[in-house]
Amino acid sequence: MSYFNAVRVREDIPALTRIINGRPITYLDSGASTLPPRSVIEAMDTYYRLRHANVHRGVYQTANEATDAYEGAREAVAQFLNAPGGAEGVVFTKNCTESFNLLAKSWGVANLRDGDVVLISEMEHHANIVPWFQLRESVDLEVRFIPVDDNFELDLTNIDELLRGVKLLSLTAMSNVLGTINPVKSLARLAHEHGALVAIDASQSVGHLPIDLVDLDVDFMMFSGHKMLGPTGIGVFWTRPEILNAMPPFLGGGGMIADVRLDGYTPATGFTRFEAGTPMIAEAVGLHAAVRYLEGLGMANIEAHDRELTVDAISRLNDQFDGRVRIIGPAAHAERGGVLSLDVEGVHPHDIAQVLDEIGVCVRPGHHCAKPLMKKFNLAATARASFGPYSLPSDTDALLEGLQRAITFFG
Amino acid sequence: MSNLENLYKEIILDHYRTPRNRGELPPPASKTEGFNPLCGDELTVYLDVTDGVIADIKITGQGCSISQASSSLMSVAVKGRTLDEVREVLAKFKNMMTLEGEVVDLTDPLNRDVLRSLGELAALQGVSKFPVRIKCATLAWNTLSQGLEEN
Repeated sequence: MSYFNAVRVREDIPALTRIINGRPITYLDSGASTLPPRSVIEAMDTYYRLRHANVHRGVYQTANEATDAYEGAREAVAQFLNAPGGAEGVVFTKNCTESFNLLAKSWGVANLRDGDVVLISEMEHHANIVPWFQLRESVDLEVRFIPVDDNFELDLTNIDELLRGVKLLSLTAMSNVLGTINPVKSLARLAHEHGALVAIDASQSVGHLPIDLVDLDVDFMMFSGHKMLGPTGIGVFWTRPEILNAMPPFLGGGGMIADVRLDGYTPATGFTRFEAGTPMIAEAVGLHAAVRYLEGLGMANIEAHDRELTVDAISRLNDQFDGRVRIIGPAAHAERGGVLSLDVEGVHPHDIAQVLDEIGVCVRPGHHCAKPLMKKFNLAATARASFGPYSLPSDTDALLEGLQRAITFFG
Repeated sequence: MSNLENLYKEIILDHYRTPRNRGELPPPASKTEGFNPLCGDELTVYLDVTDGVIADIKITGQGCSISQASSSLMSVAVKGRTLDEVREVLAKFKNMMTLEGEVVDLTDPLNRDVLRSLGELAALQGVSKFPVRIKCATLAWNTLSQGLEEN
């Protein structure tokens, strides 16, 4: 059994009270977005009701409260990640995709030159592919891929060769399609030995696994708030303060400047330089509440809970469907998270998702913004079910029931 | 009739399981590719237009039951028709699909006539109640449209 009570967690999630097509909702799309607990919603509500003011400007009381709340969120995120340099390295963005664009278009533009190599993997989300391709339009950059093997894990056979000449290794901690958990710590050590910096996409892992930046010893990390029980509209870009301070500004405008004159401007230092315009204050407040909620549950407990659900679901999927339903991802015993991409022989993922919706089961059909990976395994799409800390084995019951219906219906 | 049965009518399932006019046509037949970037569906429409008539049509590709059935139904509906007739069916079909979320009032004689004139294609009318699936149903038609423009 889990070390926390997922049934209790469910009581904190208002969205789980929904009835869809006459059935209680079965939410299996936490890989796309997690459901916020009441404490997150209420923190944002209270902020807007009583404390709203712009940050970093006013001298009146609520303006100070808003600034404290916003900066308090930065502090909370830094502690949650055990970030070297504390809150100084935490930049709030719109989402993980914007964080990757900040990395490519600020650090990348300043540091990558013709002939340089960025090493990513075949299991990356488009957010960690497209910005590098865009950068190629102005720099003669090589974007190199670590292959994925038939066990749906990174093929590290030639990793030393792959790392040759690499300036940046940019890698997902957990695949949003396969559920594969990558050996980030050892790869970071190896990349550093080759003189490369290391960026980690923690979108899928941040709400599911403990993260300790001191222990991981990476140089950049990015994720979205809404994948860790927080609100949409806020993401995190973290780097070591010494790297951050050497990065040129990305978006220009108010808030990010030290001085503006008729003949030019001087950017602010630190994270302020990267937060142009009025930031997402309410969302930061919500993210802070999400961090507290996750800390209350304990990330190691969430990891164990995910694992228990995943092992159970894989074994039941294999038993019940006898190969008709193929799991596109590592086996149960491998390093993997609670993401189950399903390929049902003879039934398109869109049709699966439609039949599942009929009994209130939410899964995601599609290519999951990872088209190179899908192409590699000759798939146009999968139907993906993914767990959250509020998921229960009964959610798997509903998934199996829906899959059986779809198979019966489409024959 | 349940939602699902309304969406996946027997005719649709039949065309999905046994698609008509599958395959390719050699040049000089035209070849037009269509993509649905949201779900990854893709199909290719081959058209042989001779003397203002669609003399032959073949379709390849992959996708969900709705997109596959719709392309099969379309191929049957337009094969052997004049371009003017095809354009009329295209317009009627697209009109049926854009009645998003609205239940077509079948007591209205005008709607009944339109649906009747669409024949088997009317089976796809249930799709219009599922906004995200409309793109699945219209992919083949948009690709055909594009192919006709290029012809």
